[in-house]
Amino acid sequence: MSMPFGYVPAEQQMRDKADYARKGIARGRSSVVLQYEHGILFVAHNASRALHKISEIYDRIGFAAVGRYNEFEALRLGGIRYADVNGYTYDRGDVTARGLANLYAQSLGMIFTESIKPYEVEIVVAEVGRSAEEDEIYKLTFDGSVTDEHGMVAIGGQAEAVAGRLKERYHDGMTLPEALQAGVAALTEPDGERPPTSQMEVAVLDRNRPHRKFLRLTGARLERLLGDTAPKAAEPEPPAAEEPKNSGPDAPTAPDGDIDTGSGD
Amino acid sequence: MATHRDLPTGMLSNLFLDTGSPSFTEFLGNYAPDLLPGRRDALATPAGADLPHATTIVAATCAGGVVMAGDRRATSGNMISQRDVEKVWRTDDFSCMGIAGTASSGIEMARLYKVELEHYEKREGRTLSVEGKANRLATMIRGNLPMAMQGLVVVPLFAAYDPEEGKGRIFSYDVAGGPYEQRNYHMIGSGSIFARGSLKKLYREDAEPQEAVLACLQALYDAADEDSATGGPDVTRSIWPIVAVITEEGFNRLPDEEVAGLVRTMLDGRMNRPDGPIAPLR
Repeated sequence: MSMPFGYVPAEQQMRDKADYARKGIARGRSSVVLQYEHGILFVAHNASRALHKISEIYDRIGFAAVGRYNEFEALRLGGIRYADVNGYTYDRGDVTARGLANLYAQSLGMIFTESIKPYEVEIVVAEVGRSAEEDEIYKLTFDGSVTDEHGMVAIGGQAEAVAGRLKERYHDGMTLPEALQAGVAALTEPDGERPPTSQMEVAVLDRNRPHRKFLRLTGARLERLLGDTAPKAAEPEPPAAEEPKNSGPDAPTAPDGDIDTGSGD
Repeated sequence: MATHRDLPTGMLSNLFLDTGSPSFTEFLGNYAPDLLPGRRDALATPAGADLPHATTIVAATCAGGVVMAGDRRATSGNMISQRDVEKVWRTDDFSCMGIAGTASSGIEMARLYKVELEHYEKREGRTLSVEGKANRLATMIRGNLPMAMQGLVVVPLFAAYDPEEGKGRIFSYDVAGGPYEQRNYHMIGSGSIFARGSLKKLYREDAEPQEAVLACLQALYDAADEDSATGGPDVTRSIWPIVAVITEEGFNRLPDEEVAGLVRTMLDGRMNRPDGPIAPLR
Protein backbone atom coordinates (compact mmCIF):
# COMPACT_ATOMS: atom_id res chain seq x y z
CA MET A 1 0.00 0.00 0.00
CA SER A 2 1.40 3.35 -0.96
CA MET A 3 1.30 6.38 1.33
CA PRO A 4 -0.38 9.49 -0.09
CA PHE A 5 1.95 12.34 -0.93
CA GLY A 6 2.70 14.55 2.04
CA TYR A 7 1.63 11.96 4.59
CA VAL A 8 2.91 12.64 8.12
CA PRO A 9 2.44 9.95 10.74
CA ALA A 10 0.20 10.96 13.64
CA GLU A 11 3.03 10.41 16.08
CA GLN A 12 5.24 12.83 14.24
CA GLN A 13 2.44 15.38 13.99
CA MET A 14 1.78 15.32 17.71
CA ARG A 15 5.47 15.56 18.52
CA ASP A 16 5.87 18.56 16.22
CA LYS A 17 2.85 20.30 17.72
CA ALA A 18 4.06 19.65 21.26
CA ASP A 19 7.53 20.99 20.43
CA TYR A 20 6.00 24.04 18.83
CA ALA A 21 3.82 24.74 21.88
CA ARG A 22 6.68 24.18 24.32
CA LYS A 23 8.91 26.59 22.43
CA GLY A 24 6.21 29.25 22.48
CA ILE A 25 5.64 28.85 26.21
CA ALA A 26 9.38 28.84 26.95
CA ARG A 27 9.69 32.37 25.58
CA GLY A 28 7.36 33.79 28.24
CA ARG A 29 7.88 34.59 31.88
CA SER A 30 6.76 32.27 34.62
CA SER A 31 4.01 32.47 37.22
CA VAL A 32 3.54 30.66 40.52
CA VAL A 33 0.48 29.69 42.52
CA LEU A 34 0.84 28.58 46.12
CA GLN A 35 -1.24 28.03 49.23
CA TYR A 36 -0.82 30.18 52.32
CA GLU A 37 -2.55 30.08 55.68
CA HIS A 38 -5.71 31.95 54.59
CA GLY A 39 -6.01 30.83 50.98
CA ILE A 40 -4.21 30.76 47.67
CA LEU A 41 -1.67 33.26 46.35
CA PHE A 42 -1.00 34.02 42.67
CA VAL A 43 2.24 35.73 41.65
CA ALA A 44 3.16 36.55 38.06
CA HIS A 45 6.02 38.45 36.52
CA ASN A 46 4.12 40.69 34.14
CA ALA A 47 5.54 43.77 32.50
CA SER A 48 2.14 44.88 31.24
CA ARG A 49 -0.24 46.63 33.58
CA ALA A 50 -3.18 46.36 31.22
CA LEU A 51 -3.01 42.76 30.07
CA HIS A 52 -3.54 40.55 33.06
CA LYS A 53 -2.17 37.06 33.53
CA ILE A 54 -4.14 36.51 36.71
CA SER A 55 -7.89 36.83 36.91
CA GLU A 56 -11.00 36.12 38.88
CA ILE A 57 -13.30 33.51 37.40
CA TYR A 58 -15.92 33.14 40.10
CA ASP A 59 -16.56 33.56 43.83
CA ARG A 60 -13.93 31.06 44.94
CA ILE A 61 -12.07 30.41 41.69
CA GLY A 62 -9.01 32.13 40.29
CA PHE A 63 -7.06 31.74 37.05
CA ALA A 64 -3.41 32.19 36.13
CA ALA A 65 -1.91 31.72 32.70
CA VAL A 66 1.29 32.05 30.73
CA GLY A 67 1.95 31.99 27.02
CA ARG A 68 0.17 33.75 24.19
CA TYR A 69 -2.10 36.47 25.47
CA ASN A 70 -4.88 36.23 22.90
CA GLU A 71 -5.15 32.50 23.43
CA PHE A 72 -5.34 32.42 27.20
CA GLU A 73 -7.58 35.48 27.17
CA ALA A 74 -10.06 33.52 25.05
CA LEU A 75 -9.87 30.68 27.56
CA ARG A 76 -10.31 33.08 30.47
CA LEU A 77 -13.42 34.67 28.92
CA GLY A 78 -14.84 31.24 28.12
CA GLY A 79 -14.24 30.21 31.71
CA ILE A 80 -16.01 33.27 33.04
CA ARG A 81 -18.97 32.57 30.76
CA TYR A 82 -19.02 28.94 31.85
CA ALA A 83 -18.96 29.90 35.53
CA ASP A 84 -21.56 32.63 35.20
CA VAL A 85 -23.95 30.51 33.14
CA ASN A 86 -23.64 27.62 35.59
CA GLY A 87 -23.97 29.78 38.68
CA TYR A 88 -27.00 31.50 37.21
CA THR A 89 -28.65 28.28 36.02
CA TYR A 90 -28.12 26.40 39.28
CA ASP A 91 -26.58 28.02 42.33
CA ARG A 92 -23.40 29.93 43.05
CA GLY A 93 -22.10 27.01 45.10
CA ASP A 94 -22.41 24.68 42.12
CA VAL A 95 -19.56 26.28 40.20
CA THR A 96 -16.38 24.32 40.86
CA ALA A 97 -12.76 24.47 39.75
CA ARG A 98 -12.99 20.79 38.83
CA GLY A 99 -15.77 21.47 36.33
CA LEU A 100 -13.84 24.38 34.90
CA ALA A 101 -10.61 22.36 34.66
CA ASN A 102 -12.57 19.68 32.79
CA LEU A 103 -13.93 22.23 30.37
CA TYR A 104 -10.46 23.63 29.71
CA ALA A 105 -9.02 20.13 29.34
CA GLN A 106 -11.62 19.24 26.73
CA SER A 107 -11.20 22.47 24.88
CA LEU A 108 -7.38 22.43 24.90
CA GLY A 109 -7.28 18.75 23.98
CA MET A 110 -9.57 19.31 21.03
CA ILE A 111 -7.56 22.29 19.80
CA PHE A 112 -4.33 20.32 20.17
CA THR A 113 -5.52 17.41 18.05
CA GLU A 114 -7.74 19.17 15.54
CA SER A 115 -6.13 22.46 14.63
CA ILE A 116 -2.87 23.00 12.83
CA LYS A 117 -1.49 25.22 15.55
CA PRO A 118 -1.86 24.22 19.19
CA TYR A 119 -2.43 26.83 21.89
CA GLU A 120 0.86 27.98 23.43
CA VAL A 121 -0.47 28.29 26.95
CA GLU A 122 -0.25 26.83 30.41
CA ILE A 123 -3.01 27.46 32.89
CA VAL A 124 -3.68 27.11 36.59
CA VAL A 125 -7.22 26.97 37.92
CA ALA A 126 -7.47 27.23 41.70
CA GLU A 127 -10.40 27.10 44.07
CA VAL A 128 -10.20 28.16 47.69
CA GLY A 129 -12.13 25.96 50.11
CA ARG A 130 -13.28 26.46 53.68
CA SER A 131 -9.97 25.07 54.95
CA ALA A 132 -6.53 24.48 53.42
CA GLU A 133 -7.39 20.79 52.95
CA GLU A 134 -10.32 21.73 50.73
CA ASP A 135 -8.28 23.99 48.44
CA GLU A 136 -7.93 22.71 44.89
CA ILE A 137 -5.24 23.61 42.39
CA TYR A 138 -5.23 22.25 38.83
CA LYS A 139 -2.54 22.76 36.24
CA LEU A 140 -3.40 22.42 32.57
CA THR A 141 -0.97 22.22 29.70
CA PHE A 142 -1.32 22.96 25.97
CA ASP A 143 -2.45 19.41 25.09
CA GLY A 144 -5.26 19.36 27.63
CA SER A 145 -3.60 17.23 30.29
CA VAL A 146 -4.62 18.10 33.83
CA THR A 147 -2.63 17.61 37.00
CA ASP A 148 -4.00 18.01 40.47
CA GLU A 149 -1.41 19.97 42.47
CA HIS A 150 -0.96 20.35 46.19
CA GLY A 151 0.65 23.29 47.93
CA MET A 152 2.37 24.99 45.03
CA VAL A 153 2.78 24.99 41.27
CA ALA A 154 4.82 26.89 38.70
CA ILE A 155 3.99 27.47 35.04
CA GLY A 156 5.79 29.14 32.16
CA GLY A 157 9.14 29.24 30.46
CA GLN A 158 11.41 28.13 33.28
CA ALA A 159 8.71 26.28 35.20
CA GLU A 160 11.00 23.52 36.41
CA ALA A 161 13.70 25.80 37.76
CA VAL A 162 11.09 28.09 39.31
CA ALA A 163 9.27 25.14 40.88
CA GLY A 164 12.58 23.94 42.30
CA ARG A 165 13.30 27.29 43.91
CA LEU A 166 9.73 27.52 45.18
CA LYS A 167 9.86 24.05 46.69
CA GLU A 168 12.94 24.98 48.72
CA ARG A 169 11.04 27.84 50.31
CA TYR A 170 7.54 26.48 50.55
CA HIS A 171 6.01 24.98 53.66
CA ASP A 172 2.43 24.50 54.81
CA GLY A 173 0.65 27.33 56.60
CA MET A 174 2.90 30.21 55.50
CA THR A 175 1.71 33.73 56.28
CA LEU A 176 0.87 35.98 53.32
CA PRO A 177 4.16 37.97 53.45
CA GLU A 178 6.14 34.73 53.74
CA ALA A 179 4.29 33.14 50.84
CA LEU A 180 4.64 36.26 48.72
CA GLN A 181 8.35 36.45 49.37
CA ALA A 182 8.76 32.78 48.57
CA GLY A 183 6.85 33.30 45.32
CA VAL A 184 8.84 36.35 44.32
CA ALA A 185 12.13 34.67 45.23
CA ALA A 186 11.15 31.69 43.09
CA LEU A 187 10.49 33.98 40.14
CA THR A 188 13.88 35.65 40.62
CA GLU A 189 16.78 34.12 38.72
CA PRO A 190 19.63 33.02 41.00
CA ASP A 191 22.09 35.95 41.27
CA GLY A 192 19.55 38.01 39.34
CA GLU A 193 17.66 41.15 40.23
CA ARG A 194 14.27 40.78 41.79
CA PRO A 195 11.58 41.96 39.32
CA PRO A 196 10.49 45.50 40.25
CA THR A 197 7.22 45.76 42.17
CA SER A 198 5.63 47.51 39.20
CA GLN A 199 6.15 44.33 37.17
CA MET A 200 4.65 41.98 39.73
CA GLU A 201 1.04 40.95 39.29
CA VAL A 202 -0.21 39.60 42.59
CA ALA A 203 -3.63 38.39 43.73
CA VAL A 204 -5.09 36.19 46.44
CA LEU A 205 -8.12 34.03 46.97
CA ASP A 206 -8.68 34.80 50.63
CA ARG A 207 -11.06 32.34 52.29
CA ASN A 208 -11.91 34.89 55.01
CA ARG A 209 -13.35 37.44 52.60
CA PRO A 210 -17.13 37.57 52.26
CA HIS A 211 -18.82 36.93 48.89
CA ARG A 212 -16.05 37.07 46.30
CA LYS A 213 -12.73 35.75 47.59
CA PHE A 214 -10.52 37.13 44.83
CA LEU A 215 -8.52 40.24 45.58
CA ARG A 216 -5.75 41.94 43.62
CA LEU A 217 -2.86 43.23 45.71
CA THR A 218 -1.50 46.43 44.22
CA GLY A 219 0.18 49.69 45.05
CA ALA A 220 1.13 50.56 48.60
CA ARG A 221 -0.32 47.36 50.01
CA LEU A 222 1.83 45.19 47.77
CA GLU A 223 4.93 47.24 48.51
CA ARG A 224 4.29 46.86 52.22
CA LEU A 225 3.89 43.10 51.85
CA LEU A 226 7.04 42.86 49.78
CA GLY A 227 8.90 44.79 52.46
CA ASP A 228 9.83 47.61 50.10
CA THR A 229 9.54 50.13 52.89
CA ALA A 230 13.12 49.69 53.99
CA PRO A 231 13.34 52.42 56.67
CA LYS A 232 10.68 50.72 58.76
CA ALA A 233 12.59 47.48 58.88
CA ALA A 234 15.77 49.25 59.91
CA GLU A 235 14.49 50.13 63.36
CA PRO A 236 13.44 47.00 65.19
CA GLU A 237 10.79 47.78 67.79
CA PRO A 238 11.28 45.97 71.09
CA PRO A 239 7.68 44.80 71.65
CA ALA A 240 7.24 43.45 68.14
CA ALA A 241 10.75 42.07 67.92
CA GLU A 242 9.62 38.68 66.66
CA GLU A 243 7.41 39.88 63.88
CA PRO A 244 9.92 41.73 61.72
CA LYS A 245 12.12 38.69 61.92
CA ASN A 246 9.44 36.39 60.55
CA SER A 247 8.20 38.71 57.84
CA GLY A 248 11.87 39.19 56.83
CA PRO A 249 11.77 42.37 54.73
CA ASP A 250 15.11 41.59 53.14
CA ALA A 251 14.26 38.05 52.28
CA PRO A 252 13.12 38.34 48.63
CA THR A 253 16.62 38.53 47.24
CA ALA A 254 18.24 36.30 49.82
CA PRO A 255 17.47 32.68 48.91
CA ASP A 256 18.82 31.38 52.21
CA GLY A 257 16.84 33.84 54.32
CA ASP A 258 14.91 32.75 57.36
CA ILE A 259 11.73 32.03 55.44
CA ASP A 260 12.45 28.41 54.59
CA THR A 261 13.18 27.23 58.11
CA GLY A 262 9.94 25.33 58.38
CA SER A 263 10.20 23.38 55.13
CA GLY A 264 10.30 19.71 55.96
CA ASP A 265 10.54 18.38 52.42
CA MET B 1 -17.99 16.71 20.01
CA ALA B 2 -17.81 16.15 23.71
CA THR B 3 -20.72 17.35 25.76
CA HIS B 4 -20.43 18.95 29.11
CA ARG B 5 -23.13 17.73 31.42
CA ASP B 6 -23.47 20.93 33.42
CA LEU B 7 -24.35 23.18 30.55
CA PRO B 8 -27.50 23.81 28.55
CA THR B 9 -27.45 21.89 25.27
CA GLY B 10 -25.34 23.41 22.57
CA MET B 11 -23.74 25.90 24.92
CA LEU B 12 -20.26 24.41 24.98
CA SER B 13 -19.49 25.19 21.36
CA ASN B 14 -20.38 28.83 22.02
CA LEU B 15 -18.54 29.41 25.28
CA PHE B 16 -15.27 30.27 23.60
CA LEU B 17 -16.78 32.38 20.86
CA ASP B 18 -16.29 35.99 21.70
CA THR B 19 -19.52 37.85 21.13
CA GLY B 20 -17.69 41.14 21.51
CA SER B 21 -20.17 42.29 24.11
CA PRO B 22 -19.39 42.38 27.81
CA SER B 23 -23.06 41.78 28.63
CA PHE B 24 -23.96 38.46 30.17
CA THR B 25 -27.64 38.98 29.36
CA GLU B 26 -26.83 39.43 25.71
CA PHE B 27 -24.76 36.25 25.69
CA LEU B 28 -27.62 34.30 27.27
CA GLY B 29 -30.07 35.90 24.89
CA ASN B 30 -28.05 34.63 21.93
CA TYR B 31 -27.22 31.15 23.12
CA ALA B 32 -29.60 30.17 25.92
CA PRO B 33 -32.63 32.48 25.71
CA ASP B 34 -34.71 30.05 27.77
CA LEU B 35 -32.70 30.96 30.81
CA LEU B 36 -33.64 34.62 30.65
CA PRO B 37 -36.59 35.87 32.63
CA GLY B 38 -39.42 37.58 30.82
CA ARG B 39 -39.03 35.94 27.41
CA ARG B 40 -41.80 33.42 27.76
CA ASP B 41 -44.81 33.28 25.50
CA ALA B 42 -47.66 35.53 26.47
CA LEU B 43 -49.70 34.23 29.36
CA ALA B 44 -53.16 32.91 28.55
CA THR B 45 -54.67 35.06 31.27
CA PRO B 46 -53.00 37.85 33.15
CA ALA B 47 -51.51 36.61 36.40
CA GLY B 48 -50.38 38.75 39.22
CA ALA B 49 -52.75 39.45 42.03
CA ASP B 50 -52.57 35.86 43.31
CA LEU B 51 -48.80 35.66 43.23
CA PRO B 52 -46.70 36.74 46.21
CA HIS B 53 -45.85 40.43 46.14
CA ALA B 54 -42.98 42.20 47.79
CA THR B 55 -43.87 45.49 49.36
CA THR B 56 -42.02 48.42 50.90
CA ILE B 57 -38.40 49.50 50.37
CA VAL B 58 -36.91 52.79 51.54
CA ALA B 59 -33.52 54.30 50.74
CA ALA B 60 -31.85 57.45 52.03
CA THR B 61 -28.44 58.99 51.51
CA CYS B 62 -26.23 59.66 54.52
CA ALA B 63 -22.80 61.12 55.13
CA GLY B 64 -20.47 59.32 52.71
CA GLY B 65 -22.94 56.72 51.57
CA VAL B 66 -26.46 55.43 51.27
CA VAL B 67 -28.81 53.27 53.35
CA MET B 68 -31.49 50.91 52.04
CA ALA B 69 -34.00 49.08 54.19
CA GLY B 70 -36.89 46.75 53.41
CA ASP B 71 -39.63 45.07 55.39
CA ARG B 72 -39.92 41.28 55.38
CA ARG B 73 -43.50 40.63 54.29
CA ALA B 74 -44.70 39.09 51.04
CA THR B 75 -48.43 39.02 50.38
CA SER B 76 -50.73 37.33 47.89
CA GLY B 77 -53.98 39.21 47.91
CA ASN B 78 -55.06 39.44 51.52
CA MET B 79 -52.85 36.52 52.62
CA ILE B 80 -49.36 36.83 54.06
CA SER B 81 -47.34 34.42 51.94
CA GLN B 82 -44.00 34.85 53.69
CA ARG B 83 -42.93 36.57 56.87
CA ASP B 84 -39.19 36.66 56.29
CA VAL B 85 -38.74 37.30 52.59
CA GLU B 86 -35.56 39.14 51.54
CA LYS B 87 -36.11 42.05 49.22
CA VAL B 88 -32.86 43.97 49.49
CA TRP B 89 -30.05 42.40 47.48
CA ARG B 90 -26.39 43.08 47.27
CA THR B 91 -25.65 43.47 43.56
CA ASP B 92 -21.92 44.15 43.82
CA ASP B 93 -19.45 45.54 46.35
CA PHE B 94 -20.83 49.07 46.05
CA SER B 95 -24.46 48.71 45.11
CA CYS B 96 -27.70 47.06 46.07
CA MET B 97 -31.27 46.85 44.84
CA GLY B 98 -34.60 46.46 46.53
CA ILE B 99 -37.61 45.04 44.74
CA ALA B 100 -41.32 45.72 44.92
CA GLY B 101 -43.93 43.92 42.86
CA THR B 102 -44.12 40.26 41.89
CA ALA B 103 -41.61 38.59 44.19
CA SER B 104 -40.58 35.72 41.91
CA SER B 105 -39.87 37.95 38.90
CA GLY B 106 -38.04 40.38 41.14
CA ILE B 107 -35.80 37.70 42.60
CA GLU B 108 -34.98 36.43 39.11
CA MET B 109 -34.17 39.91 37.93
CA ALA B 110 -31.95 40.61 40.93
CA ARG B 111 -30.00 37.38 40.35
CA LEU B 112 -29.48 38.13 36.68
CA TYR B 113 -28.53 41.72 37.38
CA LYS B 114 -25.94 40.66 39.92
CA VAL B 115 -24.32 38.30 37.40
CA GLU B 116 -24.52 41.01 34.76
CA LEU B 117 -22.51 43.50 36.86
CA GLU B 118 -19.99 40.90 37.95
CA HIS B 119 -19.57 39.52 34.43
CA TYR B 120 -18.74 42.95 33.12
CA GLU B 121 -16.29 43.55 35.94
CA LYS B 122 -14.44 40.27 35.49
CA ARG B 123 -14.34 40.59 31.74
CA GLU B 124 -13.30 44.21 31.46
CA GLY B 125 -11.21 44.40 34.62
CA ARG B 126 -13.06 47.53 35.74
CA THR B 127 -16.28 48.32 37.53
CA LEU B 128 -19.14 49.96 35.64
CA SER B 129 -19.82 53.58 36.50
CA VAL B 130 -22.82 54.18 38.73
CA GLU B 131 -24.74 55.63 35.77
CA GLY B 132 -23.77 52.59 33.73
CA LYS B 133 -25.15 50.27 36.38
CA ALA B 134 -28.37 52.27 36.67
CA ASN B 135 -28.88 52.32 32.89
CA ARG B 136 -28.24 48.62 32.61
CA LEU B 137 -30.96 47.91 35.16
CA ALA B 138 -33.34 50.15 33.21
CA THR B 139 -32.80 48.03 30.10
CA MET B 140 -33.60 44.88 32.04
CA ILE B 141 -36.83 46.35 33.39
CA ARG B 142 -37.83 47.47 29.92
CA GLY B 143 -37.27 43.88 28.81
CA ASN B 144 -39.82 42.81 31.38
CA LEU B 145 -42.46 45.24 30.06
CA PRO B 146 -44.54 42.60 28.19
CA MET B 147 -44.68 40.57 31.39
CA ALA B 148 -45.55 43.66 33.39
CA MET B 149 -48.50 44.21 31.05
CA GLN B 150 -49.63 40.70 31.93
CA GLY B 151 -49.53 41.50 35.62
CA LEU B 152 -46.00 40.43 36.53
CA VAL B 153 -44.85 43.89 37.52
CA VAL B 154 -41.36 44.41 38.99
CA VAL B 155 -40.18 47.83 40.08
CA PRO B 156 -36.78 48.00 41.72
CA LEU B 157 -35.01 50.71 43.67
CA PHE B 158 -31.28 50.94 43.07
CA ALA B 159 -28.73 52.47 45.45
CA ALA B 160 -24.99 52.72 45.03
CA TYR B 161 -21.92 54.42 46.42
CA ASP B 162 -20.28 56.57 43.78
CA PRO B 163 -16.51 56.56 44.35
CA GLU B 164 -16.03 59.43 41.89
CA GLU B 165 -18.27 61.76 43.84
CA GLY B 166 -17.72 60.16 47.22
CA LYS B 167 -21.42 59.92 48.02
CA GLY B 168 -24.40 57.62 47.85
CA ARG B 169 -26.89 57.81 44.98
CA ILE B 170 -30.43 56.50 44.55
CA PHE B 171 -32.22 55.60 41.30
CA SER B 172 -35.86 54.71 40.86
CA TYR B 173 -37.69 53.10 37.94
CA ASP B 174 -41.13 52.53 36.54
CA VAL B 175 -42.48 49.46 34.72
CA ALA B 176 -41.10 50.70 31.41
CA GLY B 177 -37.60 51.40 32.67
CA GLY B 178 -35.93 54.61 33.73
CA PRO B 179 -33.73 55.45 35.57
CA TYR B 180 -34.79 58.49 37.55
CA GLU B 181 -32.14 59.69 39.92
CA GLN B 182 -33.59 60.73 43.27
CA ARG B 183 -32.19 63.28 45.64
CA ASN B 184 -31.81 62.40 49.31
CA TYR B 185 -34.37 59.64 49.68
CA HIS B 186 -36.89 57.53 47.85
CA MET B 187 -39.24 54.64 48.53
CA ILE B 188 -41.19 52.10 46.52
CA GLY B 189 -43.97 49.57 47.11
CA SER B 190 -47.44 49.58 48.58
CA GLY B 191 -46.41 51.28 51.83
CA SER B 192 -44.27 53.88 50.12
CA ILE B 193 -46.70 56.79 50.50
CA PHE B 194 -46.73 56.36 54.26
CA ALA B 195 -42.99 55.80 54.43
CA ARG B 196 -42.49 58.95 52.39
CA GLY B 197 -44.57 61.04 54.76
CA SER B 198 -42.58 59.72 57.65
CA LEU B 199 -39.09 59.93 56.17
CA LYS B 200 -39.76 63.40 54.79
CA LYS B 201 -39.94 64.68 58.37
CA LEU B 202 -37.13 62.54 59.79
CA TYR B 203 -34.53 62.82 57.03
CA ARG B 204 -31.47 64.96 57.74
CA GLU B 205 -28.99 65.67 55.00
CA ASP B 206 -25.53 64.29 55.81
CA ALA B 207 -26.69 62.42 58.87
CA GLU B 208 -24.37 59.69 60.16
CA PRO B 209 -25.18 56.27 58.66
CA GLN B 210 -26.63 55.02 61.93
CA GLU B 211 -29.00 58.00 62.14
CA ALA B 212 -30.12 57.41 58.57
CA VAL B 213 -30.71 53.72 59.39
CA LEU B 214 -32.89 54.72 62.32
CA ALA B 215 -34.86 57.14 60.13
CA CYS B 216 -35.45 54.37 57.57
CA LEU B 217 -36.60 51.96 60.29
CA GLN B 218 -39.04 54.58 61.58
CA ALA B 219 -40.35 55.09 58.05
CA LEU B 220 -40.83 51.35 57.58
CA TYR B 221 -42.66 51.14 60.88
CA ASP B 222 -44.99 53.94 59.84
CA ALA B 223 -45.60 52.18 56.52
CA ALA B 224 -46.43 48.93 58.32
CA ASP B 225 -48.69 50.88 60.66
CA GLU B 226 -50.91 52.08 57.82
CA ASP B 227 -50.45 49.50 55.06
CA SER B 228 -51.53 45.91 55.66
CA ALA B 229 -49.15 44.57 53.01
CA THR B 230 -46.08 45.93 54.80
CA GLY B 231 -44.77 43.96 57.75
CA GLY B 232 -43.60 45.58 60.95
CA PRO B 233 -40.69 44.19 62.96
CA ASP B 234 -41.68 40.75 64.28
CA VAL B 235 -40.36 40.83 67.85
CA THR B 236 -41.71 37.43 68.91
CA ARG B 237 -40.09 35.64 65.97
CA SER B 238 -37.02 37.89 65.85
CA ILE B 239 -37.59 38.86 62.22
CA TRP B 240 -36.10 42.28 61.60
CA PRO B 241 -36.07 44.52 58.53
CA ILE B 242 -33.12 44.05 56.19
CA VAL B 243 -30.82 47.02 56.34
CA ALA B 244 -27.90 47.63 53.98
CA VAL B 245 -25.39 50.44 54.35
CA ILE B 246 -23.08 51.21 51.42
CA THR B 247 -20.11 53.48 51.99
CA GLU B 248 -16.54 53.80 50.79
CA GLU B 249 -15.93 50.53 52.65
CA GLY B 250 -18.40 48.73 50.43
CA PHE B 251 -21.71 46.96 50.93
CA ASN B 252 -22.56 46.01 54.48
CA ARG B 253 -25.74 44.26 55.46
CA LEU B 254 -26.22 45.06 59.13
CA PRO B 255 -26.21 41.93 61.29
CA ASP B 256 -29.55 40.97 62.82
CA GLU B 257 -28.37 41.75 66.36
CA GLU B 258 -27.53 45.31 65.39
CA VAL B 259 -30.87 45.87 63.65
CA ALA B 260 -32.62 44.26 66.63
CA GLY B 261 -30.96 46.77 68.95
CA LEU B 262 -32.04 49.72 66.79
CA VAL B 263 -35.57 48.35 66.43
CA ARG B 264 -35.86 47.94 70.21
CA THR B 265 -34.72 51.54 70.70
CA MET B 266 -37.42 52.63 68.28
CA LEU B 267 -40.08 50.47 69.93
CA ASP B 268 -39.18 51.78 73.38
CA GLY B 269 -39.74 55.30 72.09
CA ARG B 270 -43.05 54.31 70.55
CA MET B 271 -44.29 52.82 73.82
CA ASN B 272 -44.82 56.40 74.99
CA ARG B 273 -45.49 57.92 71.60
CA PRO B 274 -47.08 55.32 69.29
CA ASP B 275 -46.87 57.56 66.23
CA GLY B 276 -43.13 57.94 66.57
CA PRO B 277 -40.89 61.00 66.94
CA ILE B 278 -42.40 64.40 66.16
CA ALA B 279 -40.68 66.92 63.95
CA PRO B 280 -40.34 70.52 65.16
CA LEU B 281 -42.92 72.95 63.75
CA ARG B 282 -40.39 75.56 62.77
